[in-house]
Amino acid sequence: MTNSSVLDIRDLTVAYHQDGQWLNAVHDVSLKIHAGETYGLVGESGSGKTTLVLAAMRYLGSGGSIRSGEIHLGDIDLMSLTEEELRQVWGRKIAFVPQNPQSSLNPSLRVGEQLVESINPQGELSPREAEKQALEWCAKVNLPDPERMAESYPHQISGGMQQRLLIAMALSTDPDLLILDEPTTNLDVTTQVVILDLLNDLIRENEAGVLYVTHNLGVIAQICDRVGVMYASEVVEEAPTHNLFSQPLHPYTQGLIDSIPQLGDTRESIQLRAISGQIPSIGKSPSGCVFRDRCPVAIEICSTRPPLYQVGESRTSRCHRWEEIVNSEIDIHQPSPGRKPTQSGDQDGPLTLETNDLSIHFPIRRSLNEVFSRQPSKSVKAVNQVDLGISPASTVGLVGESGSGKTTLARGIMGLEKKSDGSIELLQIPLPEKLFQRDLETLRLMQIVFQNPHEALNPYLPIGETLQRPLIRLAGLSNEEADIKVRELLELVRLSADYAGRLPSQLSGGEIQRVALARAFAANPELLILDEPISSLDVSVQAAILNLVNELQSDHHNSMLFISHDLSIVGYLADQIVVIYLGSLMEITGPEVLFQPPHHPYTEALLSAIPQADPNIKSSPIHLAGEIPNPADLPSGCPFHTRCPRYLGEICATTTPPWQVDQKTGKRIFCHIPLEELVANQIQIDISSAAKP
Amino acid sequence: MSRFILRRLGFLTLTVLLTSLLVFIVTQWLPGDVCRIILGREAGQGAIENCRLELGLDQSLPVQYLTWLGNFLTGDWGISFSTGLPIYPIVMDRLRNSLMLTLVALIISVPLAVALGVAAGLNENKPIDSTVSVGSLSVVGLPEFVTGLVLIQVFSFGLRDLGLPYLPANSSIPPQSTFLEALPMLILPALTAMLVLLAYISRLTRAGVLEELKQPYVRTADLKGLPRRNVIVKHVLRNALLPTITVIAISIGWLISGLVVIENVFNYPGLGRLMIFAIDRRDLPLLQAVIMVTVLGFALANLAADLLYGWLNPRIRLE
Repeated sequence: MTNSSVLDIRDLTVAYHQDGQWLNAVHDVSLKIHAGETYGLVGESGSGKTTLVLAAMRYLGSGGSIRSGEIHLGDIDLMSLTEEELRQVWGRKIAFVPQNPQSSLNPSLRVGEQLVESINPQGELSPREAEKQALEWCAKVNLPDPERMAESYPHQISGGMQQRLLIAMALSTDPDLLILDEPTTNLDVTTQVVILDLLNDLIRENEAGVLYVTHNLGVIAQICDRVGVMYASEVVEEAPTHNLFSQPLHPYTQGLIDSIPQLGDTRESIQLRAISGQIPSIGKSPSGCVFRDRCPVAIEICSTRPPLYQVGESRTSRCHRWEEIVNSEIDIHQPSPGRKPTQSGDQDGPLTLETNDLSIHFPIRRSLNEVFSRQPSKSVKAVNQVDLGISPASTVGLVGESGSGKTTLARGIMGLEKKSDGSIELLQIPLPEKLFQRDLETLRLMQIVFQNPHEALNPYLPIGETLQRPLIRLAGLSNEEADIKVRELLELVRLSADYAGRLPSQLSGGEIQRVALARAFAANPELLILDEPISSLDVSVQAAILNLVNELQSDHHNSMLFISHDLSIVGYLADQIVVIYLGSLMEITGPEVLFQPPHHPYTEALLSAIPQADPNIKSSPIHLAGEIPNPADLPSGCPFHTRCPRYLGEICATTTPPWQVDQKTGKRIFCHIPLEELVANQIQIDISSAAKP
Repeated sequence: MSRFILRRLGFLTLTVLLTSLLVFIVTQWLPGDVCRIILGREAGQGAIENCRLELGLDQSLPVQYLTWLGNFLTGDWGISFSTGLPIYPIVMDRLRNSLMLTLVALIISVPLAVALGVAAGLNENKPIDSTVSVGSLSVVGLPEFVTGLVLIQVFSFGLRDLGLPYLPANSSIPPQSTFLEALPMLILPALTAMLVLLAYISRLTRAGVLEELKQPYVRTADLKGLPRRNVIVKHVLRNALLPTITVIAISIGWLISGLVVIENVFNYPGLGRLMIFAIDRRDLPLLQAVIMVTVLGFALANLAADLLYGWLNPRIRLE
């Protein structure tokens, strides 16, 4: 590593003008990135990390302004440049890869043209030379069929391809500094891993300095050399990656690491420690140390602002008590939640929910032409022949990538989508197909919590009334009884009674998801479906919701279907894990044997793709070829055969695989490959030492 | 795209058919017997009967409707009650006049309105933005007969009194005038129409520009190091002007037939005044014809808007 820095930010403060005052979004931040170094900036939403990177390029919207500080890009003093001069720097010296590839490409221009613009922003190259380079770059980022790709419009290519294109655009001018703002956050894990590997290769080749912004500790651990942790507009700690994970020196960093289950954690093996309270909104941080109102070891001195303490040669921390932390004199873990979630109730007895051969297909309207030419009607086959069983008081975790049909399956069970075939039984009684055919008792027995509570709850109804409705209508309480019960429900989800009078818009994401849980529990359902209940929440409040879900279940003995795209969270919470791909179940397994072969090849790919928050684990992810097929045009035989790295041969493409049961682990696997062969060829996935039993 | 066009054409046909039915029904409901209107109060019962037979009014309503529709489609629009002349040439002549006025009005308004809207959008909340907004809104609030009269006062009488070349105050162009002959008389009515369109188009353009400026792809384009002008012209405007184009196309429908007041102020022989004339004289066949042409104009303008939008927007074009 050379000593010259490509980016040197000193004492940078950025503020937004709001209601006549300046609110700091970035406060007094210094950071340095060297050539060839990958610097990770980790923080939750609202921590100011995006503002920081935009300010680092001096690209702030009209509301934001750099109040003080210096920014040097190599030997260029960025603060002294005019806008014209900045445009000479952008693209050439600094390149930027944004979070949302779809909206970051112009929908009306061919992607080839957009790539050519990056290569040739001010028109120095001949058009032909620029086009030639554009095609070379398409090939370099592994875009299939570059010529055709260049002719496409953004909406015609997948999110993963769009992101590859943006990466090609950023790297095509050989920049000194590459800034990546959550480049894989909106992608599926199997796509994410391909993009990360691609980035890794290109970065090594390029010798550029990299500023990588993310909220995902796993990604940081896997690709960054050094990490800065940002909280409430400040960088509270900075350290080489392996040091940060082995001994965090700021209580916030510790809290962040503890709040998310890692691959291999189960609710029996590890307790999640949520960070109490919530992230202060911009300009509302406490005086002194910004973390002190959520910190487990805050003392009197913390009401004065801590300076940036230098710890050893390579670390800094904004914690007054860093010496005690280094010497392990104090425990900076968040307090453990009141009690350990226990195995909940008796799981024997008849199934709470059972689906047999459940299929949900959405017909596609045929054009007049197709009707006349007698083409068969087509449909989107969202869910196909799903057999799912949920035992009493147990949790089934349903995991799948976007487009796998997991939400459709949940909506089908609830009666929100019409099933095309098969049966759904609740407590062994077949359910009527449509919601309005179901009686109140059936409605009471099953409840659902949606991903985005702000959209799912009536914005004009006070929380109290939202909670009253199921109590009166489904549980049959009188108004007075319901009033009392509302208070109990709020207490159950740790909200004070005065929340009853508030409107959803006055609550934070974590609070309103608690309300959604309380609403679902109000009529004490037998089956609770949770559809990605924590995906829209900030990392530090996710753990609190997961703990709450656990606790509520162990008290009420409900059955749960927990849907997520995240195998580590499902593995943590569920008694049984069900993997779904393209509307079909691939594997059913217990959490304790999740890492043990045999795996379904798709599960194997998923497991290998999860970036683990432990820099000592060097993962070797499996890359899946191509894109997820269109569910209107399902592959024959095994739906996964078009992308399967362990493709056997013709049988996979022609014959529906059998459900094989592994005697040793109890796993059920939907695959043609003999289980012994899978065991012989698959290696045990390496998981964090902390999570090993 | 071809499916898209076919669908739109289907909708268009349906719309026109429905309106034709409405027009037919409404004119049936109008008080007064048609033959009584034609022949006058003193006509005898026999003459009335004969007239009814001649016009086919003794037949059932569906038959009357189909006959009327069929005749309309084949260009047989009948004889005007009040003038005794064939309707088709009258309406076509007026349509031609209206189209000439529309053309001039568009040429004057669109570039100016779009330019003002873009300027306002790119300079949000700056003086130029407020000037455009306040200026165009204060003009649009005034009725056309006021703005029209003011324009006459200034550009016709005012200039004449100063001994300068001036524009004619009366736009009653003779039948069959060529475009160039008519042009001087088209300018003042077109300017009046422009004052109405200006606020409308420029505000929509401004909103479009503001909306697109917020999009992340603009940031991508900026951070590529493209010159600002390229970012604006190639990226922002390309998307921001899509809704504007739609509105301009739709406003063509209004310009063709909705300029009743302006045509009256300037005494311009367009479709709008023909409609008023037909209503005044209870000239039902003429009225029906004018309304049908108007509806067709609106429908075609809408179709043009849809097609243009689809053609400019790859997300629709490539469906």
